[in-house]
Amino acid sequence: MCLAVPFKITKKIDNMAVAELKGFSREVSVALTPEVEVGDWVLVHAGFAIHRVTEDDARETLKLLEELHEAESK
Amino acid sequence: MKQKVNKKQLFLELLKKVNEFTPENRTLNFMEVCGTHTMTIGKSALRQLLPESINLISGPGCPVCVTHDEEIENYLELALQGEVIIATFGDLLRVPGMDGSLADARAKGADVRVVYSTLDALKLAKKNRSKEVVFLGVGFETTAPTVAMSILHARQEGIENFSVYSMHKLIPPALGALVTDKEVKIDGFILPGHVSTIIGVEPYRFLAGDYQKAGVITGFEPEDILQALLMLLKQIRENQFRVEVQYTRGVSLEGNKIAQKLLKEVFEPEDSLWRGLGLIPASGLKIRDEFDRYDARKKFNLGKPRATKPGEANKNCACGAILKGIKTPPQCALFNRVCTPLNPVGPCMVSSEGACAAYYRYAEA
Repeated sequence: MCLAVPFKITKKIDNMAVAELKGFSREVSVALTPEVEVGDWVLVHAGFAIHRVTEDDARETLKLLEELHEAESK
Repeated sequence: MKQKVNKKQLFLELLKKVNEFTPENRTLNFMEVCGTHTMTIGKSALRQLLPESINLISGPGCPVCVTHDEEIENYLELALQGEVIIATFGDLLRVPGMDGSLADARAKGADVRVVYSTLDALKLAKKNRSKEVVFLGVGFETTAPTVAMSILHARQEGIENFSVYSMHKLIPPALGALVTDKEVKIDGFILPGHVSTIIGVEPYRFLAGDYQKAGVITGFEPEDILQALLMLLKQIRENQFRVEVQYTRGVSLEGNKIAQKLLKEVFEPEDSLWRGLGLIPASGLKIRDEFDRYDARKKFNLGKPRATKPGEANKNCACGAILKGIKTPPQCALFNRVCTPLNPVGPCMVSSEGACAAYYRYAEA
């Protein structure tokens, strides 16, 4: 139930925004993340952006791999 | 996101590492407290792939499952009394009460609308001024701020025919109840991702500080869970317990401060009955008196659930023990015999995120 999905903000007017994912767009509230700007990625839960995503998944995954190799060499 | 890392390779490499880091001389119990984790673990068959000495336990992480059955009866009755529009997230639609679900009530003429967001419920209220719109507030800290926001909006815009039936529950007090229960043996927690997006790291610190439990806030991919297991194993190996964040792409240390402030403004903690677990102090959210007119409990005089009720629970249902990790779903006498997702007896089978429902769906396949 606590699912949140990453969307990209394409339009923002006051506390409301349009967010897009794979060609699908929906209206979301950014009242909980007023700092977001057009072009930012956010996690959307039940129509509200709850978090601005700052790191991308790929970098995360690569970091994880590096750590694994570090752990291995210990 | 463009760089392709072979996920399967990563998964296998992580699995290998978890195997290497797993101590040989002891059994470790790790509990996840998030319905989405429950489903990821089921779907990826992690239980079957992990070393035998690691037990993954599905704790009370499904808000629909832990909603008390008297509250379910309350809103079903409300739905059928007419002049009321029930606005709800889809999760609650098929949860059975004693005499059917919301979907059944709708078939009997009740006005039940599934909404995607609390703001949609507000729109319904604006469009239907002659009717009362009641939003069913179920969910943990992730969802509750969006409900708080709808109440503030209703007040700002003078929408008087909108109210919320708050059945919200809080995760850290439930974890507190679990670690102080002598029957429960947990070495570490796979902590929920999006609850933590809101509350941050601080509310979990007591797990390590007071109870020497490992804790990792975890993302929702199978690889996330494997990485979290590695982090938990490392804490145990080093005998150094703390709350770590594996899901850094979704969680900041301090959480979402605006959401935290909203929660405090609109709600106050109250003792709450969890289906299957019983009374947990300060684990529910009550709408503050200041917002009385948006509180469906007061508007419609809905009673608070009582701790005991004659004939309440099926005595053979092991859900309470399952949520504490004392039993696994197949160890329940009812599981897959009389209790199935289509005909659930206990709360763990009620929602697809429940421990029993996930076991049924994935372990039996």
